[in-house]
Amino acid sequence: MACCSFSVSSKAIKVNIYQSLVGQVDPKETPMRQQYVGKVRFAHFDMHVQSSKKVLVATEKNVFASLNTRTGEVYWRHVDKTGPEGNIDALLMHGQDAVLVVGNGRLLRSWDINIGGLNWEIVLDSGSFQSACFVGQQDSVKYVAVLKKSAVSLHYLSNGHQKWVENLPERYVIHRYQAVYSGGNGEVYTLGVVPHSHITIVAYSVEDGEIIKQISVDAPWLSNIQASCAVVGQGMLICADPATVSLYMLDLNVQSQMTQIPLQSLGLEVSPGFQPTVVSTQPNPARPPHSEFFVQLGPDHYQLLQLNNGQIVALRDFKPAMLVSFATTGEKTVAAVMAPKNKTVSYFEDTHSFLSRACSLNLFSAESGRRLLDTTLIFNMDPNGGKPEKLYVQAFLKKDDSVGYRVMVQTEDHTLTFIQQPGRVMWTREEALSDVVTMEMVDLPLTGTQAELEGEFGKKADGLLSMVLKRLSSQLILLQAWIAHLWKLFYDARKPRSQVKNDVTIENLSRDEFNLQKMMVMVTASGKLFGIDSKTGTILWRHYLDNIPSNAAFKLMVQRTTAHFPHPPQCTLLIKDKDTGLATLHVFNPIFGRKSHITPPALPQPILQSLLLPLMDQDYAKVLLLVDDQYKVSAFPSTKNVLQQLQEMASSIFFYLVDSSQGRLSGYRLRTDLSTEMIWEVIIPTEVQRIVSVKGKRPNEHVHSQGRVMGDRSVLYKYLNPNLLAVVTESTDLHQERSFVGILLIDGVTGRIIHEAVQRKARGPVHLVHSENWVVYEYWSTKSRRNEFSVLELYEGMELYNSTVFSSLDRPHPPQVLQQSYIFPSSISTLEATLTEKGITSRHLLVGLPSGAILSLPKMFLDPRRPEIVSEQSREENLIPYSPEMPIRTEWFINYNQTVSRVRGIYTAPSGLESTCLVVAYGLDIYQTRVYPSKQFDVLKDDYDYMLISSVLFALFFATMISKRLAEVKLLNRAWR
Amino acid sequence: METTGSANVSVPCWVMFFRSRAPVLIPVRMSCLLSFKLSVFSTVLLLLCTRFVCCNNGRRVGDALDAEFSGFSVPLEHSFEVDDVAKFRVRGALVLKAGREPSVSLSQNQLSEEDRTKLKEVAAVDGLYRIRVPRVFLQADRQTERQMEGYLTAFVRACAMVESHLSDVIALHTDVSGYLIGVSIVTFPGACRGTEVEDEVDLEVFNTTLSIMAPVNAPGPETALFLERMEQELERKGKNPQEQKSFFAKYWMYIVPLVLFLMMSGAQDQSGGGAGGGAANGGGR
Repeated sequence: MACCSFSVSSKAIKVNIYQSLVGQVDPKETPMRQQYVGKVRFAHFDMHVQSSKKVLVATEKNVFASLNTRTGEVYWRHVDKTGPEGNIDALLMHGQDAVLVVGNGRLLRSWDINIGGLNWEIVLDSGSFQSACFVGQQDSVKYVAVLKKSAVSLHYLSNGHQKWVENLPERYVIHRYQAVYSGGNGEVYTLGVVPHSHITIVAYSVEDGEIIKQISVDAPWLSNIQASCAVVGQGMLICADPATVSLYMLDLNVQSQMTQIPLQSLGLEVSPGFQPTVVSTQPNPARPPHSEFFVQLGPDHYQLLQLNNGQIVALRDFKPAMLVSFATTGEKTVAAVMAPKNKTVSYFEDTHSFLSRACSLNLFSAESGRRLLDTTLIFNMDPNGGKPEKLYVQAFLKKDDSVGYRVMVQTEDHTLTFIQQPGRVMWTREEALSDVVTMEMVDLPLTGTQAELEGEFGKKADGLLSMVLKRLSSQLILLQAWIAHLWKLFYDARKPRSQVKNDVTIENLSRDEFNLQKMMVMVTASGKLFGIDSKTGTILWRHYLDNIPSNAAFKLMVQRTTAHFPHPPQCTLLIKDKDTGLATLHVFNPIFGRKSHITPPALPQPILQSLLLPLMDQDYAKVLLLVDDQYKVSAFPSTKNVLQQLQEMASSIFFYLVDSSQGRLSGYRLRTDLSTEMIWEVIIPTEVQRIVSVKGKRPNEHVHSQGRVMGDRSVLYKYLNPNLLAVVTESTDLHQERSFVGILLIDGVTGRIIHEAVQRKARGPVHLVHSENWVVYEYWSTKSRRNEFSVLELYEGMELYNSTVFSSLDRPHPPQVLQQSYIFPSSISTLEATLTEKGITSRHLLVGLPSGAILSLPKMFLDPRRPEIVSEQSREENLIPYSPEMPIRTEWFINYNQTVSRVRGIYTAPSGLESTCLVVAYGLDIYQTRVYPSKQFDVLKDDYDYMLISSVLFALFFATMISKRLAEVKLLNRAWR
Repeated sequence: METTGSANVSVPCWVMFFRSRAPVLIPVRMSCLLSFKLSVFSTVLLLLCTRFVCCNNGRRVGDALDAEFSGFSVPLEHSFEVDDVAKFRVRGALVLKAGREPSVSLSQNQLSEEDRTKLKEVAAVDGLYRIRVPRVFLQADRQTERQMEGYLTAFVRACAMVESHLSDVIALHTDVSGYLIGVSIVTFPGACRGTEVEDEVDLEVFNTTLSIMAPVNAPGPETALFLERMEQELERKGKNPQEQKSFFAKYWMYIVPLVLFLMMSGAQDQSGGGAGGGAANGGGR
């Protein structure tokens, strides 16, 4: 007993220490983390309690989560494996159970939706998943049926155990069972189709899986049941056929022929070329579906129909209508219809867009098709967003027994918007941010006053007097601002600290003293761009680029920073279709997100390479060169000034191309007429190895010291080649004895192979960082079955060849290459190095681990000069003795308990403080923080004693004054003597 | 990567006199485990000077011929044009010898009068001096399999070539399985300073240092050595009896009274009954 209590208290102490440590590392700043779930595939509102605030979502990112409908926050979230293994095939909800089919029918899981706990999980038999549904009897739902390609199985909802499994009768090779249905009458129907021939319906008994009946009906027009059919009413299968423009009806209970009902006979018309679909609703799985259903007749045309005693009756026509959805509360079923607000607006076939940006939603009674009073809801579409794609309706009964509702609208840009009547947006979730592809951090603009002063220097001089006046006026403005600032300080000081809140809006954005707050410009795979304030994580602007190809590659470049005041900052996004190579440019202002008025050049040819030159045009925009597949170069901007500069510089502009499919690396030089000539070529045969990645150095990197001081006070100079490329290859032979990873260091200008090494018995994926004079890479060792880090460092030797300037063309001596490897006890997701303003601060490596932690690993541990045997000199140099294993120390984690799921990339940016590096990790989540690799050496501590220092200073000053006076008196006295 | 072999220069003395103005061969530091030999044969009467620069694995001079016979030859081509449109012509022949440690030697002609003037012209307009070799597979058995489609190219500035008096260093790189993947050329010195060069004397013969390089094996984690060192340290500690003492042996004088004390107090508790035990437990917290 005593022992037990002791251990508890020691744990408590540990927690306390950890928390205080946390406080120590981050005294002023709270890191920002945002959690996302991804693009929603299935969503269900929790209906089993009337006042529930949950919506359950299953997403394309293999995430199953519960969201708070009041705030949009994540209650809980389960992140499954990436790829098809964790793919969520189906989500069924009943009561407080959510049943998921995962990994193409591999697993069946049941979750408790209140707490997000797993009720049970079972492994299903192999076979590709087709469909799943609940099976009920006598108004209670007890089973879940899962239809696989060749078998159907029934499982208890309470524990997942299999009640029975039956192989599907298969008469034809091309027989495909596609849907499973149960109407609560003790039978389970599987619907199969032999495309363009007939439908097969097999009914099983719920009790023992015995085949009750088997029907085969000719349907030569049908190819896919799930796409064009639905079960309506008391087991009536209704299919739509675009060829004959008619509906087909088949009673599942009675073996019969399909009845054809031409849509014209109902007075309906289908838009030409449109495949009509049937939408039905089955709110309770223990009962048959409702007899009302929608038929979509065109992109913006829906028709509500009713099945009445075997006859189809048209209830109401909805045109224009963008989206429809059924919702049930209690015994009432309603249909929600979203329509463009302005009735005169039409749908444009060519652009697939509605002109109107506002939509109105209305509820209609499902039974009668009548509009319910006071149910209009206005949805204002974001002009920078996509158009609505899916509609999820949460209906509830009001006190007066009328139906109220809220809707969740999913738009093309993966945004979820939750709206309450009459149009109040409760929350929005930008799920596009779960798939950030690339990002940049841009300095915020100066405040108006600072900008005014800057502008004074930017303008051209126009006379002495006016310059003096301008100077005086700007200084007056500065004075005014300073007084205002003082007043604000004084005013805020009286308020308690918690009340002082600075909401960041796009209007009051300004750079802080140390440039710690920046604008994060994020590009997502969906084609939506975001501008996010790095301090608070507030989304300040968003811009959706439609018609982005699905396999697009993005490259974001900052052409003009905020430093050139009268000119706005400018970012350029290169969007390239990976298949065709065709590219487009999107030029925008990174602070406001607005599209620039500058028209980017049209790029009719596929683009091979782009490079941002340090050259600037007269408006301080860096020149972007684009190389097309004819090896012609186009410049953007392409003003006369730029072209002239390019002509002068042409002979010193080199670039390289990589064709990994042929293993070809080639170098080109620019000619004055903007054509190019090939100057070097290296070909790595693809039979043996393939190029995996090519990495240069970051252009904004500064290296402060040219060399390292050795133990004997001599200097070992670094080989700092800015044009050096690190090329990683992997062997095509994947046998564990013969596989290898190759590292090539190539000069990008001359094509000279500086170093060539192979890591034997190793395999990818290789993560690589290339900076200063070192390359760090991580690989999987097949021999020892572990992850290993390797570091390469390049040195010129004890003397520099040419200390003033580096030229790849004039560096004949090859550098000395040192290499060392270490065991790393974890696999890694991504690798990046810290970056600071002047490069004085020591470097750390930021390692994203699959566990969601981000490790800040000092580069000092990855140093090939770590000695095997400690000597006096190595101790003098502060080298850590070599040990083969790299430690992971828990205090190196920079995100404490704030794990970042599925880290895909880490972005680092320097801040105004040399000691501080800004870090953004992105994956499923976004996490922003600062790191201090050499501690905060340039910042005074919080507990810095100003009083003591100043009083000591004053005391010393007065002591000097007094002693000086005394000395004078003494001298005078001595002189008199 | 330091050179381990020595530069082996065997030149008949009358030839030495002939090429007295040519720069001394610079020892190559980058070549891996290869040593160099230079043999110069020249016929003064015919005014034809041919030089062989060959590298092999530290064999004696007489073996060089054997290497040439068992190897195979590919052309080394160069191009320097005033208009910078590449027109490759043969500069010499590379004799490659496959094997565990491949070797290469080069026989090349001297520059003609016409070429010398052209090279100087190209240098004056800051043109490029390019070289290229065909792609080959060294480990193939048959000649037909050796040759592959395409060339590997590299360049230096023509002025650097002129100012270094045609002293260049050519390196051929192979991959793991013996495919030639790249060629590089640098000159010593590498800079263009605009110094005047007399073409008759300085631009006649190439002074080429040649090497062929296979990838080095990157080291894995050095566990064996580390363990050895650890063991040594342990042994050293073992020799020192002071440190060998176990925890208990060191501190028995503190532990024994403590244990005794605890046992005594435990015995008291048991005899003291339930109330006393409860109090003791409370105190333990």
